[in-house]
Amino acid sequence: MSNIKDFLLNDFFVTGEPMIYMADVSIVLVTIAIFVVLTYFKKWKWLWKEWLTTVDHKKIGIMYILAALAMLFRGGIDALLMRVQLTAPNLKFLDAQHYNEIFTTHGTIMILFMAMPFLIGLINVAMPLQIGARDVAFPYLNAISFWLFFVGAMLFNLSFVIGGSPDAGWTSYTPLAEKALDPGVGENYYLLGLQLAGIGTLASGVNFVVTILKMRAPGMTLMRMPMFTWSTLITSVIIVFAFPVLTVALAMLTIDRLFGGHFFTATAGGMPMMWTNLFWIWGHPEVYIVILPAFGIFSDIISTFAGKKLFGYHVMVYSMVAISVLSFLVWTHHFFTMGSGAAVNSVFGISTMAISVPTGVKIFNWLLTMHRSKIRFTVANLWSLAFIPNFVIGGVTGVMLAVAAADYQYHNSYFLIAHFHNVLIAGTVFACFAGLTYWWPKMFGHVLNERLGKWTFWIFVIGYNVCFLPQYWLGFMGMTRRTYTYPSGLGWMPLNVISTVGGFLMGIGFMIMVYNVYYSARYGKRDTTGDPWNGRTLEWATTSPAAEYNFANVPEVRDQDAFWEMKKSNRVKEWLNQPIKDIHMPNNSGRPIIMAFFFFVAGFGLTFEWIWVGAIGLFGVLITMVLRSFENDTGHHIHKEEVERTEREAGRIS
Amino acid sequence: MKHMKTSIKLIVLSVIFLLLLTGCDVPVLQPQGPVAEQQYHLILWSIFLMLFVIVVVFVLFGVIVFKYRASRKNTDDYDPEKEGSRKLEFTWTIIPIIIVIMLAIPMTITTYDLEKNPSPEKKPYVVNVTSAQWKWLFSYPEDGIESVNVLHVPADRPVKFVMTSEGAMNSFWIPALGGQKYTMNNMTTKLYLEADKPGTYLGKAANFNGKYFAHMNFNVIAQDQKDFNNWVKKVKSTSPKLTMDQYNQLIKPSVVKVKTYSSYPKELDEKMKKNMDMMNMGNSKSKEKDQDKDKDMDMSKDMDMSGMKGDKSHE
Repeated sequence: MSNIKDFLLNDFFVTGEPMIYMADVSIVLVTIAIFVVLTYFKKWKWLWKEWLTTVDHKKIGIMYILAALAMLFRGGIDALLMRVQLTAPNLKFLDAQHYNEIFTTHGTIMILFMAMPFLIGLINVAMPLQIGARDVAFPYLNAISFWLFFVGAMLFNLSFVIGGSPDAGWTSYTPLAEKALDPGVGENYYLLGLQLAGIGTLASGVNFVVTILKMRAPGMTLMRMPMFTWSTLITSVIIVFAFPVLTVALAMLTIDRLFGGHFFTATAGGMPMMWTNLFWIWGHPEVYIVILPAFGIFSDIISTFAGKKLFGYHVMVYSMVAISVLSFLVWTHHFFTMGSGAAVNSVFGISTMAISVPTGVKIFNWLLTMHRSKIRFTVANLWSLAFIPNFVIGGVTGVMLAVAAADYQYHNSYFLIAHFHNVLIAGTVFACFAGLTYWWPKMFGHVLNERLGKWTFWIFVIGYNVCFLPQYWLGFMGMTRRTYTYPSGLGWMPLNVISTVGGFLMGIGFMIMVYNVYYSARYGKRDTTGDPWNGRTLEWATTSPAAEYNFANVPEVRDQDAFWEMKKSNRVKEWLNQPIKDIHMPNNSGRPIIMAFFFFVAGFGLTFEWIWVGAIGLFGVLITMVLRSFENDTGHHIHKEEVERTEREAGRIS
Repeated sequence: MKHMKTSIKLIVLSVIFLLLLTGCDVPVLQPQGPVAEQQYHLILWSIFLMLFVIVVVFVLFGVIVFKYRASRKNTDDYDPEKEGSRKLEFTWTIIPIIIVIMLAIPMTITTYDLEKNPSPEKKPYVVNVTSAQWKWLFSYPEDGIESVNVLHVPADRPVKFVMTSEGAMNSFWIPALGGQKYTMNNMTTKLYLEADKPGTYLGKAANFNGKYFAHMNFNVIAQDQKDFNNWVKKVKSTSPKLTMDQYNQLIKPSVVKVKTYSSYPKELDEKMKKNMDMMNMGNSKSKEKDQDKDKDMDMSKDMDMSGMKGDKSHE
């Protein structure tokens, strides 16, 4: 008995940190609150039928985005804790161990559980609508993808209160991340959480490729696709090639840690540097997985609010293809300092700089899209416009980092930190906020308040520059990343204080955005037209929010900017009044979430190295798969009367 | 155009100058040796080229966003169906390519140069560097002494660091003297640095290696040869010996103060040599024609690999 108590207090629950006790209490309270609210309002059945078992791409997209926002909150809190700790030299706000855990979870969460699901959520919401499809190619698989990401994220976050967080950095370099140097379950959480989410992402990649290649509306040739759909296609191809590398690398390190393997140990013939290589062979394409959809979002938004065709459409596509190819050829620039020799470093330095060429072309094409246009400064467009100068700063410092010999002086310094936050925030985060504002009416039927949105925008963008620009200089002063404190007398404090202030400004901006969500839900302008922005692409051709079947009749595409062309040639009315037929749709299923639950059990068991629990979980996964393969699920039809009624209620047909 | 270039260069230099005037140490931009100096020139050149890009984009951005706002008075020039322009797109493909070439050539030259002794006319002083959890160990094979968490080097003489790690990897960085390189278990890397004049510089661990990583800062004390020799003499006469047992104790995870030892165990040199031989073997397998292999082995015995042809292949 005392053994069990011992285990629970020493190894299972994280103890001894007031902040973690606070987290424990709030988790319990929030869970109870959710249960009470759902029970009181009798919403359990609604939750299960409408959301948890859904295979509707729009609802799955919304769930991705909600989860990503929650993760943005968690990662943001991590960031602010770090900024507070670094404000002054020798602060004791966080201790070394706690700081190391926090920068690890901050990086992992922001990249894998915030940026990617946010973009995949937006893709889910908008892409099928943009190509005039009724759903993705494999709606059931789409639900599995989401639930795998979700349980992966939950497993990873559980480490905060149970067992202890990973503490070897989001890159988890070996041999530090090996069992000998990092005992405990933290790194296991990292490995299994990422593994689950990664499998989900890989399935998403396959799903999107097939959807785009096979399910476009008649007349939509590849070269008539919206730019966001193009970016999704290219991103998905990168996912399909890059994610297996991550899966294999994580599996190898899991074998090392759980079963005493020696793939990456420093002893017994292991090769620690192989991890570094494998990680970045996935990791660098990953950077483009989170930036290319952002480019797509900006392309669509800039062209919409300029009221003008995207400048150089073909070149925009070719440049994305070029970027995707190059993204696989630059990975060693993450470790120029490994001593691979001058030849290797020069080649990879040049290939890295080469990426700036297609990226530069895109920047100029966006600028020229606005030439002789009519720019409307809506919030969605403000984020997109701010992206250009801010991303250029991150881009040019990227080129500076690519200069191998100079990189020896920037490597792992705050110069690097400033650079990648500059590209990831100005690129990915601005795109997420832009896309969220832009597609919000399509998801919820009302627009977000523009005034509050502008407050968020200005406070966040100013805060972001105040936070990260000083860090370039801190890098020149010799400040290295992942350092939980620094000695006094180096003159690092003033810039760190400024940086912390900027961090909090970003936090305030985010809080205003959250308030805006609440405010707009209550008072926001309803979008009754389905086309609040005078849009150009097909998602604006249907109602807001779109009905389950997306389009009563699939539109016929005759040009790029399909909806713009329909409006221009007055075809909209004629299209809406075409005779309506029965619509074939996929059935909801509870199995994806149940399968994900078993995956979670397996992941949790393996994290604690309880092999039998892991085996039970995997057996459950197998059972759900077997049940699926014996199922004869041909979907259902929405009858034409019902479709007609829905369309009439939306005022689209008389 | 030329006028613009000079003015940009002036802006860069004056901004850097102003920031330096605030009185803080900015070691990367205040190089104290030939290696850091080469990197500094490369950094300045890249900042200069990149500022050109920034100025062009920012000006274009400002003008376009202001001029074509929807609320402007005269919107006659609105041209919603404009498709693109081959000529313009070709222009902004070719200009970035030229800029990349302008950057790639000096980069490649410097990257190759940094693999070599920065002052070939002088014989480099050799220091063996070992990173451990959370301390730096420095052996001075020419003088047979050892120091922990402090590094003494002769000024105005190139220093060759032969580096490895116990356990987790790290990165050895002295910003004022020049860029860093990883230290890795069972492997050796090599880094040349040189201090122009005597002084104390900040030494950093740049790659996270566990809990007390932040405490791995160390002082680099460059002294003229005479003072350096005196320091060696003093260490030899006053400091204790480092035994293998003590060494094994020392490399266990801990934070320790500055220490010096009058001697260190032979095994450490042998260990370093074994690492180096292993890397040589790995390389000669892939390059069987490496005729200098035997010579390499001989020379690595006395820990001096300067001028060796196989230098590149060591990494």
